[in-house]
Parts: sequence; C-alpha cells; structure tokens
Amino acid sequence: MIRRLVPGTLTLLLLGLVIGGAFAGLVRAAGTVDYGGFLQSPYARRVVTFTIWQALLSTLLSVGPAVLVARALARRAAFPGRALLLRLFGLPLVLPTLVGILGVVAIYGQAGLFNRLLAGLGVEPHQFLYSLPGILIAHAFFNLPLATRLLLPVWGAIPGETWRLATQLGMRSRHVFRLIEWPLLRQVLPGVGGIVFMLCFTSFAVVLTLGGGPANSTIEVALYQAVRFEFDLGKAVQFALLQVAICGILVAAGQRFVSDVPLTPAMQRPQDRPDVAGWGGRIVDTAVLLAAAAFVLLPLAAVLRHGLAGPIHAVIADRALWLAVARSLAVAVAAGLLATAAGWGLLLTSRELRLRRYRPRAAATMETVASLVLVVSPLVIGTGLFALLSPVADVFAIGLVLVVAINAIMGLPYVVRTLGPPLMRVGEQHDRLCASLGIAGWNRLRLVEWPLLRRPIGTAFALTAALAVGDLGVIALFGTQGTTTLPLLLYQRMAAYQLDAAAVTAVVLAVLCFGLFAVIERGVGGHGPR
Amino acid sequence: MARVELDAVAFRYEDMQMRFDLQVEDGECLAVIGPSGAGKSTLLALIAGFEHAGSGSIRIGGQDVTSLHPSVRPVTMLFQDHNLFAHLDVAANVGLGVHPGLKLTTADRARVASALEQVGLSGLTERLPSQLSGGERQRVALARSLVRDRPVLLLDEPFGALGPALRREMLDLVRALQAARKLTVLLVSHQPEDALYAATRTAFVHAGHVLQVGATRDLLDGAAGTELRAYLGEFQIRESGRLD
Repeated sequence: MIRRLVPGTLTLLLLGLVIGGAFAGLVRAAGTVDYGGFLQSPYARRVVTFTIWQALLSTLLSVGPAVLVARALARRAAFPGRALLLRLFGLPLVLPTLVGILGVVAIYGQAGLFNRLLAGLGVEPHQFLYSLPGILIAHAFFNLPLATRLLLPVWGAIPGETWRLATQLGMRSRHVFRLIEWPLLRQVLPGVGGIVFMLCFTSFAVVLTLGGGPANSTIEVALYQAVRFEFDLGKAVQFALLQVAICGILVAAGQRFVSDVPLTPAMQRPQDRPDVAGWGGRIVDTAVLLAAAAFVLLPLAAVLRHGLAGPIHAVIADRALWLAVARSLAVAVAAGLLATAAGWGLLLTSRELRLRRYRPRAAATMETVASLVLVVSPLVIGTGLFALLSPVADVFAIGLVLVVAINAIMGLPYVVRTLGPPLMRVGEQHDRLCASLGIAGWNRLRLVEWPLLRRPIGTAFALTAALAVGDLGVIALFGTQGTTTLPLLLYQRMAAYQLDAAAVTAVVLAVLCFGLFAVIERGVGGHGPR
Repeated sequence: MARVELDAVAFRYEDMQMRFDLQVEDGECLAVIGPSGAGKSTLLALIAGFEHAGSGSIRIGGQDVTSLHPSVRPVTMLFQDHNLFAHLDVAANVGLGVHPGLKLTTADRARVASALEQVGLSGLTERLPSQLSGGERQRVALARSLVRDRPVLLLDEPFGALGPALRREMLDLVRALQAARKLTVLLVSHQPEDALYAATRTAFVHAGHVLQVGATRDLLDGAAGTELRAYLGEFQIRESGRLD
C-alpha cells in the first residue's frame, strides 16, 4: 500500500525543509567568507580546543562514576529507596537546564553548601565555579544520571545461570567484574560515552552561564555571541560549518567503535550473585549510592528552598512572567504535538518498510535520519535559518515559529526511541490479522493502534513538550521583547544578577515543566493497567 | 465450491527460492508437514494473501485470487499465536469477523453468540484473552472464522502449544466444523500424529517445494522419498494414532 509511505515522507519533508534550509543558508553565506584565515585565527583555535577538551573531561566525569553507580544499583536490588533513586535519575533529562544550573550554583557557588562545608574544615572558601570546574560539575549533574540509566540494562542482560556458575567457581567481586561485567560494558561504553560526549560538545546553556567569559567559550556559545552581540553573521556561519564538520567526523569515527549489542533482558536474579553478601562491597555500594543521590538531589532541593524563600509575590504579580508562561506553554505543546505526529508518521512508514516490504535497511536509515539533529545542533540550524531568512523576512517576528520547528526536530529522536519498539511490536503481532479481517485506516487506528499505543504516545508527547518548555537554545538566538519565553526570562534575570527573583522564576519553570509532563502523560496516555 | 489450486507459484525469501504446485480438493482436509524453514507457513501465507507471489497463479473455487487483498479472499487463517487482540474482549474479537469497524446489528450480535456457543464458549463473552486458557483462545479464533463464513480454513499450527489431549480435542472441533460447513482445510503441523488423525491427504514440503502428496497413511507408512524418511526419523504409525 503506497498510502503507508506517505506519513514518513511528510516527516522527511519537514526535516529536509528545516535542516536543508539551514544548510542552504549556511552554504550561501559561506561563499562570502575567508575560511582559511578563520581556521588560522587564534580565537577559533582556542574555541575548538576548549570545546573538545571540556566535552572529553565531562564525559569521563559523567560515565566513569556512572559505571560505579550502575554496578551498585545492580548489586543492591533490595536497597531501600532504589526505585525512588531511579526515578530521581530520570529528572535531570526533563529538568530545564537553567533550573539545574541554578541548583549547581546554590551548592557549589561562593556562598554555597560546599564552600560552607569546606570552611567548617578550615579551608578558605573560594570561587571556583565560573570556569571549567563549573562546566564539568553541571555536565556531570545532567549526564551522570543519564549514563547510569543507559548502563543499567547491561546487568539485566546477564542471565541467572552465569551468576550460578560464578558462585560455583568461587568468583570474587573483582573476578566478576573482569570476566563477566567488563566484557559486556566494553561493548556498551563507547555508545554511551559517545552520546554523553555529543551532548557536552554541543551544550549551550551550561557553558553560557558557567563558562565565565570568552576565555571559556565553546563553538555553540561563540556562534550565539557572533549572531547576537557582534552581528557578525559570517563568523557565525564559519563556526556553524566547523561544528557540523567536527560532529560529522566524530559520529563517523564513532560508528566504527559502536557495536549494537542486542541486550536481551534476562530474568534478573541479583541475589544469585556471589559478591553481594560481603561487608566491604556493602559499604562501598551504599556510599556510592548515597553520594550519587546527594549529588543529584541537593541542587534540586536548593533551588526549591531558595525559590520558596524568595520574593514570590513580586514575581507572581509580574505580568511579564505570565506572558512568558503562556508563550512557553504554546511553544511546548505545539512542538510536542509536531514532534509526536512527525515521529509517529516516520515510524508507521518504517514499519511498513521493515515488516511488509522486507526493506529493514531502508527502515533503519529512516530512523537514523530522525536523529540527525544530534549531529546538526539546534543552534547551527538556527544560525542557518537566520542566514537564509534574514534577507527576506523579519526573523525576530517569526522567531517563535522557528523555535517550535527546531524544538520539534530536537524531540524527534526521543519520540522514535519511546514509540518505536511498541509500534513495531503491534505490527509484528497484528498486521496479518488486521489484513485478513480488513481492519485498515480509521478502524485500525481506533480499534488497534490507539488503545495499544496511547501509553507510549502519551509519554513521547509529554517528554517532547517538557523538553521544549525548558529549552534555552534557539530562543536565545531569536528571542525579543515580544517573544520572551519563560527560560529566556529566567536567563535575563540571572544575567542581571536578580538572583532572588530568578530563584522564584526557576521554581515556576520547574513546576510548569513537570506539571506539563504529568498532565500530558496522564491525559493522553491514560491510566489504569495496560 | 472451494478447490484450491496453486500453479507454479514462485516466491523468494532472502536466499531461498520457493515454487509451489498443489491442488486441494473441495471439502477435503489436507495436512502440510515438513521441517522448519521448509516453507509451510509461507505456503499458507501465499494462499491467504499475506505474501505476494512473484509469478504463477492461485485459484480458489475457480476464481483467480493471486492479486486480491487478504480480507477479500475466501479464506480464514489461524496463526500459532496472536490470533486475538489482547485489549479487546471475546465478543469484540469475534465481532471483528463480521465488521472490521465493530459496527454490529442485533442480528450480528446473535451470530457472534451462536458462533461462541458452537465452539463451547458461551458465557465467556466479556472475558479478555489474558483471562482465557491457550485452548480457549484458539476456540475464540475458530468462532471468528465461523462468523466470517469463508469456505477455506488455513491452520498454521494453531494448536502447536497445546498438550496432546487438548490438541486432539481441538482437532475434533475442527473436523466437526469442517463437516458441518463443508470447509476446505489446510493444516500445518509438526506432529505426524495430527496429520494421521485429521487429514485424509498429506503434503510434504521441503526446501520451498511440495515434494510429495498422497493419502496420509500411505505417505507416512511407505515414506518413499529420502527427504521424507529423514524428516520422519523413527516415527512409526501406532495403533492409537489410526484413523477412525
């Protein structure tokens, strides 16, 4: 049926229009700039070196500890509050970046908890946050929980028989790690490390707020400064093309190391492990888990405490806040809807290709294209569209439309990951039955797809909307007085050192983000057993 | 009138080139046996229209169905599993055989109820599939095939996961329905006993071709071809497995 190829084609068209448009803008503007001179300039070299260096360190500091935390979680299946801890580790993914950053500042800033503890130990408190250390701490705050959640399935994939065998052979903890856990981890770590590295490489808000000045500029921030402060589009385009080239090389190189290990979930029987009973292991695991919990929880609690102690009335009475809330909500719902619809459509077509036309490679390619935005960062797309449209239109007037489109494309990988497996399963189980009974089109949507998939559809919609609500990236490029969203308002207050008002605004933003997530997930996904 | 004829039906799956020639007489029950991966399920899927023949023709009751959509072929197929929608109750699962959008009249509902009665499931109409046993689930699928009222019934090992006694019971039910409705039945099975019990004739499929067709007892007893001999191994016809 040709009809089933239409939805995916529409999604590819949307991607082509936005990303292709951005590239067209970059390439056209690139014709007028001197690339050789740019690459020779000390500024460009310093920015590139720092970008790679901070991403490398951030990856090591996020993934290294994540291995310890994931191993402790795997070994301590009965750890009190384990499920709660896992949910806590899910928060930083959705949490608006600026809220997390404020939390990090509250703990590790000059007057923060960390410095007060040091003072208690007799160490002179000092300001170390606004440079490389601040960037690394914030990146670890966001990515350590993510890496932990990505690594944990490795242990689920070890079959119970392996543990029984290890027990029989008298393996100690270090043997278990070397002979059982490490071989599996080695296959998964490059992929997980690659994801974290790319996130840190293209990280924007963290470097903008904690970098502490042009000395610690990454390519993303240099791009933003060239567009917004130096009005030097040529320079921005040079940085954008550089960013794309480096990301492309990194991803191509990464492909050679990342082997896609199918992690088949086996029955989890952690109590069968030979190394759970020892006291040494217990103490180490407990310490690791408590430290990780504190590392994630303390900044969140600090934001909440500061916000609730701040000038709530003054902030809430401000009309600008509610206008920003309204704009953010509209942007988030529109971006979430667009991402979910586009992702769903793409998956319907890739399912048709995979299951009914036996073209698994074409299907996989389509799904990979959906993740293209991981290589072409949102700010690069923004710069490209800026270069393309600024001669013909008022880009600031249509800023929010661009923000919606780019946020939708940023959400696409999450939709594909959330909705893909269940959608494929429904096809595998029910395609033939539906064909033989003539259940197609609207009937199939109403009777089969929707009841079976509304749960993951709700989750995908909620996730993409929540991510869009907290995004400070593209909006920083296009935002003006009349299009300020809540994250941009929060950033302006932070930049103006109105820290008390910022704390209250951060709480409003966090409540908006998690509230929106919960309302959409329940409202669309429904509740009750399924 | 539902004679099933496959004439040089070619189908390619990965590196395997299949080619089927087969005649199934109107109202007969033909068993299809053969090693896994030989193409038994593909043969049924081609007849049902889930796979499309590269060349050749498929006729049912004299009508060329080669390019028809599965839902309009005079065929109902039961799979090994996933015959039911897990989120819909028994009545809805059967009702989908009447109308693919579940728009049912009072008369339609009565037909659903009577079909469920014929397979021995009256009273379970509001259960979800998860609340039924494996045998009951396949009965629901059989009830749906009754309301669809198609002259050809394709069974792709739907009773393979059931124990011997229950499997025999289901085969009895199929035979009773076949006799009552004059159905043409193709039964894929891994158990030669099933073929012996339910099918007058048997086809042996090997490497994408129908190698032998004949009366079940002769085929299993004589076991002339070397491939068939190798497939059957030590299988012997025991008295308990004889035809009634």
